[in-house]
Amino acid sequence: MEFFRIKRDIPFMSWGKYTTAISLATFILSVFFLVSKGLNLGVDFTGGTVMEVGYSQTADLNRVRDVVAKLGMGDASVQNFGTSRDVLIRLPAKPEISSARLSETVMAALQQDDKTVEMRRVEFVGPQVGEELVENGALALLVVSFGIVAYLAMRFEWKFGVAGIIANLHDVVIILGFFAFFQWEFSLTVLAAILAILGYSVNESVVVFDRIRENFRKMRKATVAQTIDNAITRTMSRTIITHGSTQMVVVSMLLFGGEALHYFALALTIGILFGIYSSVLVASPLLILLGVSREDIVKPEKKKEETEALP
Amino acid sequence: MNRYPFWKYLIIVVSVLLGLLYTLPNFFGESPAVQISPLRSAAKVDTVLLQRVEDALKKANLAASGMFLEAGGIKARFADTDTQLKAKDTLQAALGGNYVVALNLLPNSPQWLTSIGALPMYLGLDLRGGVHFMLQVDMKGALAKAMDRHGADIRSSLREQKIPYAGLDREGSQIIVKFRDAESRAKGEAEIGKAYGDLNLREQDVSGEFHLTATLKEEAQKRIQDSAVQQNITTLRNRVNELGVAEPIIQQAGADRVVVQLPGVQDTAKAKDILGRTATLEVRMVDEERDVETALRGQIPFGSELHTERGGGPILVKKQVVLTGDRINDAQAGFDSNNQPAVHLNLDNNGSRIFKQLTRDNVGKRMAILLIEKNLVEVVTAPVIREEIGGGRVQISGRMTTEEARDVALLLRAGALAAPMDIIEERTVGPSLGADNISRGFNSTLYGFLAVAIFMSIYYMMFGCISVVALGVNLLLLIGLLSILQATLTLPGMAAIALTLGMAIDANVLINERIRDELRNGISPQAAISAGFERAFDTILDSNITTLISGIALFAFGSGPVKGFAVVLCLGILTSMFSAVMVSRGMVNLMYGSRRKLEKVPIGQVWKPVSEKR
Repeated sequence: MEFFRIKRDIPFMSWGKYTTAISLATFILSVFFLVSKGLNLGVDFTGGTVMEVGYSQTADLNRVRDVVAKLGMGDASVQNFGTSRDVLIRLPAKPEISSARLSETVMAALQQDDKTVEMRRVEFVGPQVGEELVENGALALLVVSFGIVAYLAMRFEWKFGVAGIIANLHDVVIILGFFAFFQWEFSLTVLAAILAILGYSVNESVVVFDRIRENFRKMRKATVAQTIDNAITRTMSRTIITHGSTQMVVVSMLLFGGEALHYFALALTIGILFGIYSSVLVASPLLILLGVSREDIVKPEKKKEETEALP
Repeated sequence: MNRYPFWKYLIIVVSVLLGLLYTLPNFFGESPAVQISPLRSAAKVDTVLLQRVEDALKKANLAASGMFLEAGGIKARFADTDTQLKAKDTLQAALGGNYVVALNLLPNSPQWLTSIGALPMYLGLDLRGGVHFMLQVDMKGALAKAMDRHGADIRSSLREQKIPYAGLDREGSQIIVKFRDAESRAKGEAEIGKAYGDLNLREQDVSGEFHLTATLKEEAQKRIQDSAVQQNITTLRNRVNELGVAEPIIQQAGADRVVVQLPGVQDTAKAKDILGRTATLEVRMVDEERDVETALRGQIPFGSELHTERGGGPILVKKQVVLTGDRINDAQAGFDSNNQPAVHLNLDNNGSRIFKQLTRDNVGKRMAILLIEKNLVEVVTAPVIREEIGGGRVQISGRMTTEEARDVALLLRAGALAAPMDIIEERTVGPSLGADNISRGFNSTLYGFLAVAIFMSIYYMMFGCISVVALGVNLLLLIGLLSILQATLTLPGMAAIALTLGMAIDANVLINERIRDELRNGISPQAAISAGFERAFDTILDSNITTLISGIALFAFGSGPVKGFAVVLCLGILTSMFSAVMVSRGMVNLMYGSRRKLEKVPIGQVWKPVSEKR
């Protein structure tokens, strides 16, 4: 079985104008939603209390809301979580109430209302911890970006590093844009998914770059654009199959992972899809834009290696 | 060309066997158990205790399916949770207060596996249920407490040396001693400077008064803060032991934080209550010379404080502390002669002496016993001293319930916190959610693996099957490694297992595609296999290193669940490199390497373009 029967190199680079336009449009849209709507930050980052409680029958959300409101917490959000029997209660951070005791008070009141209620999860994050997690998250993103640029620069050339990281940060911004647009909850695990995606989709760029480097040595008469087109075309099949396999696992996570892994898997899905797009159609045009040339890779004195690499 | 030397096969076989061996304990599951550990150093864990446990269980007609004597205590395994709960109650009654009997889970794996260190993976709290707290030590509070102590000491040394002073105040983290003239200040400064090396002294003249300001030296501050955290950890450990939790984790996190993890704790309210409480006990004298009524109108006399007596009215208490809870050796809940709940204290030698002197000097006066929690001060009782009390046995009976008496006793016994602490993060997972999370993580991995396996073997035929086996070896090694390292497995960690499987297949896809590519170029099958593996390796290395960079950054900056994700991700990358490159190559070499005439590579259909345009 073979999916990809591509007769000649696909002229990806000649589409550069359109793809750049598309990228720019999605990027600007993402930034727009990020600014106008903002991320729906989870309790990890904002501080506050989240409680997940389970009932033996379908939970009556209005009754739960009443119970919580009676405690003077009218600004709490009450919603179903996963199934109709599970309820998620979000209580914003309140400086005047000892937050550590907040969940106990609520739980006691819920138990009084309905004996079958069962505590499934409580998360309380103090505001100062939340701030630190935001800081650490940003720092991690920065370190990963620099680490990848440095590695690619060392392994290939600085232009590859810059093109690779721009393409992948573009993915990150788009994932964030999705989370802002749909107001999906942005939690620590989602952040982990994004950082993993950053490392993962750089793989994609690396594979293409690897081929480009090899082609620079082999295809001495071709233009830079042709060289890149050939590299992308020949890695196409691998790209789709690898990402397809990873996506299969992620789909399995979406189906069986429950609510806790839902947004994690969602972030991965967006990341994988845009990862394919960006490493093919963003990173490579950027390379040309940055003015990559055969001389960057094939140093004149390495004549011997060149002839060896010929097929 | 496609042959491996013997030692390479050996490495593969040995690592797969080790992976199998250390993964094995995860299949046996866990059974309910009871863990008995000594609470006090006086209580010994030996065969005598083992015999007592056995006898007690036999008497109650409870059968343990296994019993182990270990350095830290005795563990007994039971068939079901019902027996376990009964056994816990039976044993706690039989052994008394010197031992903690806690519920636990023990791996069912056979003894020989356990003895070679093969244990099941260590599950995080989100999988096994339990409480995670992060507590912040209030360093300002620690310093204020230290300065209070210094203030009391300075007062008594000035008095001893007969150096006259007009007053002594603590303002924030500094002590101001007021003198009437420069001469006595000079004397005082010399004396304080000699006796207290920790203090920086500064002279200051404020509106005709001669002040001496004492602040803590930098290194002393640091030392006090360090020891405050250490003492708090010790105290927390004592308290957790009293709660009867199996395998608690209490450790310092950063300069001023403590992480407490209590697996399997169901009653989180109780745990929070006991951990978060900063109760300290202070004995002070009641200020009887001044009028409570004037104090209530806002004119609180100098050197005294206004507090409320439990179940009574307001009361004026002197600021000076005579005795603190540090001097308590033991505290037990009980009843007084009127059959009211009471706490019986046993003071240490120093405390007994102080208490004896106090009661001798103040017969007929009232003393106050204060329980201080956070900023709440409560006078538990303020009895009139009838006679000198020696022997260090003190009884506190205010108007408290039996439950309150028990909690107060526990807190006093476990020791005081050196500084107040706040819970700044809490994550509690109920046991039912923990079990759900395990099955979710497991199912995600299982079905993800199956989907990839089916696709690979159809798309790449035999080479696809080899890739799947390599992927299986990867999973085996990863779980084996996690078991060996006893790294904490969390739900994001399980997600990372699934994810690394999806990502690890990348290496095999790269190799297989390369081989097809080489075949397309018309190279002989054996050469194509060899070239495919070799050329793909560079790419595999590059792409894995970039993922590893993000994994390491996640580990360094992540906290809690993210860290669990990062550990698995990093380990998964390492095992996938090994399995995808070495194991699959080994299998290919073994199967095809020795065939001199390999006509066709079973890697699925290799399509060739009719007219190649180059």
